[in-house]
Amino acid sequence: MKVRVSVQLKPGILDPQGKAVEQGLHGFGFEVEHVRIGRLIEMDVPGSDPADVTAKALAMCEKLLVNPVMEKASIEVL
Amino acid sequence: MRVAVPVFPGSNCDHDALHACGTVMGWDTIPVWHQETRLPENTDLVFVPGGFSYGDYLRCGAIAALAPIMADIKRHADNGGLVLGVCNGFQILCEAHLLPGALLRNESLRFIHADVHLRVERANLPFTRAMKAGEVFQVPIAHAEGNYTLDPAELADLEARGGVAFRYCSSAGEIGADHVPNGAMNGIAGIVNLRGNVLGMMPHPERAMDPKLGATGGLGVFKSLSS
Repeated sequence: MKVRVSVQLKPGILDPQGKAVEQGLHGFGFEVEHVRIGRLIEMDVPGSDPADVTAKALAMCEKLLVNPVMEKASIEVL
Repeated sequence: MRVAVPVFPGSNCDHDALHACGTVMGWDTIPVWHQETRLPENTDLVFVPGGFSYGDYLRCGAIAALAPIMADIKRHADNGGLVLGVCNGFQILCEAHLLPGALLRNESLRFIHADVHLRVERANLPFTRAMKAGEVFQVPIAHAEGNYTLDPAELADLEARGGVAFRYCSSAGEIGADHVPNGAMNGIAGIVNLRGNVLGMMPHPERAMDPKLGATGGLGVFKSLSS
């Protein structure tokens, strides 16, 4: 199954990239705030049970994909 | 003194480490390819060098932390062996859970290379015992991700247990946000684990210990290790 893991910086962790992009958007006149930049990871995971596939993706997050000091993730089975 | 310098694809300060430990200090210094599974027999110190291991893919140090040699480096640390991680080496030690916290992108978003001053916060470590608490020394930094970050409760714990080895400061030793080049919490430049045998730091002492290269500020760390 296709799985999408979205990794975001935790609230409260400074995101200078997000800040720079926010300032850029302001420069174009867009009204926007709280811009945060994250990472999107897509993969094919064997299995047909969404709960089982989600559990596997969660294990991958814990082992490698996410650094819990600064990041959190959400998992979506497509 | 026998030193092992693990070399990852993308390490670029491994030769600085080899020069500092081997040529300047005269220690038995051995480069160890990341695919090896054992450190050389009787290794005293593992010097995890700076660079861009695995191209900084995913997060700085995240992939190197999984390299085959890391299991033996963890075993070495668990047995009380000395481990020094500099720059990317510090990032790798954090990702490998040998040290707490993480190194985020510099507050300025820029790669910074500069000479900075550090204050010795803890002088009774194997890495600092030839120095005095409060002593100031000058060493270079060269990094884009040196913004040390830790959960506030864990940060308080780190400070309370004397886990901060070095802090950025002015040339006179004053502490404050003005003297922190990268946004690191509490101006932290280097930390040690609970046992005091694993130290990670963003600045490069190994690049400032040969008068021929114009700077000797980093010698204190290496003199400490040899004493």
